[in-house]
Amino acid sequence: MTAILEMKGITKTFPGVNALDNVNLTVEQGEIHALVGENGAGKSTLMKVLSGVYPHGEYEGQIFFEGEEKRFGNIADSERDGIIIIHQELALVPLLSIAENIFLGNERAGRGIIDWSETYRRTEELLKRVSLKESPRTRVTHLGLGKQQLVEIAKALSKEVKLLILDEPTSSLNEKDSQALLDLLVDLKGKGVSSILISHKLNEISQVADRITVLRDGATVSTLDCQKQEISEDDIVRDMVGRSLSDRFPPRQPNIGEPLFEVRNWSAFHPIHSDRQIVKNVNFHVRAGEVVGIAGLMGAGRTELAMSLFGKSYGDKISGEVRLRGKSVDVSSVHKAIKAGICYATEDRKTYGLVLDQSIRGNVPLANLKGIANGIVVDNHQERSVAEQYRSRMSIKSSGIAQKTVNLSGGNQQKVVLSKWLYAGPEVLILDEPTRGIDVGAKYEIYSIINDLAAAGKAIVVISSEMPELLGISDRIYVMNEGAFIGEMPVAEASQEKIMSMILKKGGKAA
Amino acid sequence: MTDIPAQKAETERPPALQFLRTHMREYGILFALIAIMVFFQFSTEGILLRPVNLTNLVLQNSYIVIMAVGMLMVIVCGHIDLSVGSVMGFVGALSAVLMVNFGIHYIPAAIICLIVGAAIGAIQGYWIAYWKIPSFIVTLAGMLVFKGSMMVLLKGQSVGPFPNEFRAISSGFIPDFFAGESLHITSLLLGVAVATLLVFLSIRARQKEQKHGVPEEPFFFFVGRNILVAAAIVYLTYLLATARGLPNVFIVMAILIAGYSFIAKQTTIGRRIYAVGGNQKAAKLSGINAERLTFLVFANMGMLAALAGLVFAARLNMATPKAGETFELDVIAAVFIGGASMAGGVGTVVGAVVGAFIMGVMNNGMSIMGIGIDWQQMIKGLVLLAAVIFDVYNKNKAA
Ligand SMILES: Nc1ncnc2c1ncn2[C@@H]1O[C@H](COP(=O)(O)OP(=O)(O)OP(=O)(O)O)[C@@H](O)[C@H]1O
Ligand SMILES: [Mg+2]
Repeated sequence: MTAILEMKGITKTFPGVNALDNVNLTVEQGEIHALVGENGAGKSTLMKVLSGVYPHGEYEGQIFFEGEEKRFGNIADSERDGIIIIHQELALVPLLSIAENIFLGNERAGRGIIDWSETYRRTEELLKRVSLKESPRTRVTHLGLGKQQLVEIAKALSKEVKLLILDEPTSSLNEKDSQALLDLLVDLKGKGVSSILISHKLNEISQVADRITVLRDGATVSTLDCQKQEISEDDIVRDMVGRSLSDRFPPRQPNIGEPLFEVRNWSAFHPIHSDRQIVKNVNFHVRAGEVVGIAGLMGAGRTELAMSLFGKSYGDKISGEVRLRGKSVDVSSVHKAIKAGICYATEDRKTYGLVLDQSIRGNVPLANLKGIANGIVVDNHQERSVAEQYRSRMSIKSSGIAQKTVNLSGGNQQKVVLSKWLYAGPEVLILDEPTRGIDVGAKYEIYSIINDLAAAGKAIVVISSEMPELLGISDRIYVMNEGAFIGEMPVAEASQEKIMSMILKKGGKAA
Repeated sequence: MTDIPAQKAETERPPALQFLRTHMREYGILFALIAIMVFFQFSTEGILLRPVNLTNLVLQNSYIVIMAVGMLMVIVCGHIDLSVGSVMGFVGALSAVLMVNFGIHYIPAAIICLIVGAAIGAIQGYWIAYWKIPSFIVTLAGMLVFKGSMMVLLKGQSVGPFPNEFRAISSGFIPDFFAGESLHITSLLLGVAVATLLVFLSIRARQKEQKHGVPEEPFFFFVGRNILVAAAIVYLTYLLATARGLPNVFIVMAILIAGYSFIAKQTTIGRRIYAVGGNQKAAKLSGINAERLTFLVFANMGMLAALAGLVFAARLNMATPKAGETFELDVIAAVFIGGASMAGGVGTVVGAVVGAFIMGVMNNGMSIMGIGIDWQQMIKGLVLLAAVIFDVYNKNKAA
C-alpha cells in the first residue's frame, strides 16, 4: 500500500490556543481513515490546514499528497489536486436547484453560456452514483439534511475527487440516512476514492474505518489499524480521553415526584402553509425529577413541538394548554416561558443558539441578564464570575471567557448553549439533540448534569435521534411520528426495535 | 474534568503584542485621529488647534456627533437609518415655524420638536420592527417624505431669526463663575475634573479586575492610555478656555456620549441590543424582545435627530430648506469609520464619536487649506473605504 496523504509535524496556533502541536497523519491509498478526538482536540483545524482554509505559511509542517509536497494557498488549490472537504455546516445555496448547486463555480458551459442539458445529464449520473432519487431540478431547500449531505458528496464527485474529507457528516442525520452515507463511503472506497471521516459516533467508525487516528489536545495519540486487530469502541475511547470510560451513561436513581409539566391538546400549523398541521393534538406530561425522552424520526415534528411550546417560536394557529404544577401558564412569548421556568436549548446552535460574534462571557448570561445586573446596570464582576463558573463546570475548552464563540470547536459551542440555559435556572428544560457533535467524555458530563437537574426536582425533556442515548438517560419515552404522539413506555419496557416498529406501523410509509 | 490545558501558549507570547493585536481596532482609530490632527496642525500652519478654530470645530460637528450616537445604536441593532438628515431638517423647520411664526416660547417649542422627532422615529421603527420591512426601504421613504414635509412647512423659504435664548444652545458658552481675565476658569476646571474622574474610574475598574484575576490590558497600555486621554482632555479644554470657554453644546454632547456609552456597555438594554444585532434569532430564543428594542432604537434615533435639528437651526439662526441635506451620509460614515459592522452587533459609542471627529477634522482642515469641496468629497470617501478595509483585514487576520 502507498500513502496518498502524509501530513508531517503540523503545528497551528491561534492567539491563546495551541490548536495543533506536531501532528502526523498518514492516509493510505483507498482507505477510509477515521479521525477521532474530544471536542477541541483539533480535528477540524487539521482538516482546514489540509484543505487550504489555513494557507501555507499559517501553519508549520509539511503536507505530501500523492508523494509530492503541497503548499495550498486556498481551497481551490487543494480541490484542483482532488482533495475535497465537506464541512459540517453544509454550504449549499438553498434556493438553487440540485444541479445548479453541484456545478456552482464549475458550470458546464461553452463560452460562458450554460449548457443546461449537459448539466442535467451529468447531475443525473452523479445522483445515481450517490443513490439519491431526486430530480436535478429540485431546489435544495426542499431536501432534508440527509439528502443535502448526499448532494454535497455528489458535488465532490463532480470534481474528480481523490481524497474526500467529511467533518461530522452524520451528526444531524437519522440512522437510516447515516447508514446510507456510510454505505456510499464504502462504495466509493471500492472505486478508489480515499476518505477521511471525522465523527463522534464511534459505532459508525468501527463499522467502516480501516484505520483510526486519535487526536488529543492537539497531538496525535495513536493510530489504530482495524485490519490488523479487532478494535472495540472502548479502545478508541481510552485513547481519546486518556482513561477508560467503563460506562457510557452515569448511573441514575430516579426520584420521581408529582406531575410538574403538562401539555394538553397541543396543536400547531406550518407558518407558511397554514393548512398543514405540524403538531397534532399532543398530550404529555413530565413529573418532577423525571427525564422524559421523545423519540422519532427526523421530521417527526419534535423540534417544532418544542419550539411552539417555547413562546410560540414556531408555527401558526397554535392551540392547547400548558400547565406547570397543575396551574395553567401563559407561554405565548419566549420571555414569559422563561419567566415561568420553561427553557429550550436548540438543536441548531449556530442559527438559534449563539451570538457568534460575542464571547463566552457575552453568551452565557443572555437568557438571564437580570442575574448579572443590579436593576438595569450590569455587574461586570458578577458577569465574569458566572462565565468562569460555567466554563469550568462544563469544561469548555477555550483560551478564556473572552474567546469569541465563533472560534470554539463545535462541541464546545454546544456546551456554551447548554450553559446559557442552565444559568437561566429552568424548572422545565427541553433539550433538543443536546449531545450533537459532542465527544463521549463530554456526553457523559452532560448526562450527569441532566441527572443532577432531575435530582433537584426539575422536569427534563430530551429530544434525540440517537436511540441508545434516549434509552440510556430517560425514565420514560414518548414516540412521535408525523406530528402526533403515537406511544409511550417506561424505559424498562423500551427498546430500539420496539420504538422503530411502532413508528413504521403507524407511519405506514417508512420515512 | 479537563483543566484548561489550552492556556499555556498565551503566556509564551509577549502579552503586550498579543493585546495590541486583538485590540488593534480601538487603538487604531484613536491613533488615526491623532495622526490626522497632527497632520493638519502642520499643514494648516497651526490654525487647526487655534482656540477659535477648535471652538468652531466643536460647533460644526456637534449635530453630526449627536446623530452618530443614535446611529451607532441603530447600526449595532442591525439596521440603518437614511432619514436622519431629512428628519433633522424637518424638525429644524418645525422649530422655526413654532417659534418664529407662532411665537411659542422656546422651551415648550423645543420639547414639542423632540417629541415629534421621537414620534417620527417610532413610526418608522414600527414598520421595521413589527412588520419586518427592511429599514433601508422604510427610512429611504422617510428621507423623501420628511424632506418634502420640510419644504411644505417652510414654503420654500428660510425662516428666522430665532430668539436669542434659543440660539444660546448652540452658539452660547457656559458662564464663568470665576471671571477669569484671559482664561475661562470654569471651563478649565471642568476639563480637569472630568479628566480626573475618568482616570479615577478607570483605576477603580482596574483594581476590581485585579482582585478577580489578571487584567487583560497590560499595565503599560493602561497607564499610557490614561495619561494620553487625560492630557488630551485637559489640553483641549485649556485651548477652548483661552477663547470663550466651553460651548453649551459641548456639554450636551459630553452628557450624551457618557450616557449612551454607559447604556451600551453597562446596562442590560445595551447587552440586548448587541445580542439582537449579532444574532436576532438566538436573541429572540433567549427571551429578548427584539421587536420592542428595534422600535425603541429607532424612536431614540428620531429624538436625537430632532435634537440635532434644533442645534443646527439655532446655529444658523434660521431654518433653511437645505438643512440636513446629505448629513445622513456623514453620520453613517462616522459610525463605520468608528468600527461598527454593517452586519450589526459590533461597534462602540466612543468609536462612532471619534469617527465623527475624524470626518470633522478632515472637513475643517481641508477647508482651511483651501482644498475644494470636490477634492474633499473624494478624500473623505477614500478614508471611509480605507477604514472599513482595515477592519475587514484585521478580522480576517484574527480568524
Ligand atoms: N479561529 C480560531 N481562533 C481561536 N481559536 C480557535 C480557532 N479555531 C479553532 N480554535 C481552537 O482550536 C482548538 C481546536 O478546534 P477544532 O475546531 O479543530 O476542534 P475539533 O477537534 O474539531 O472539535 P469538535 O469535535 O468539537 O468539532 C479549540 O480549542 C478551538 O477553540
Ligand atoms: Mg470540529
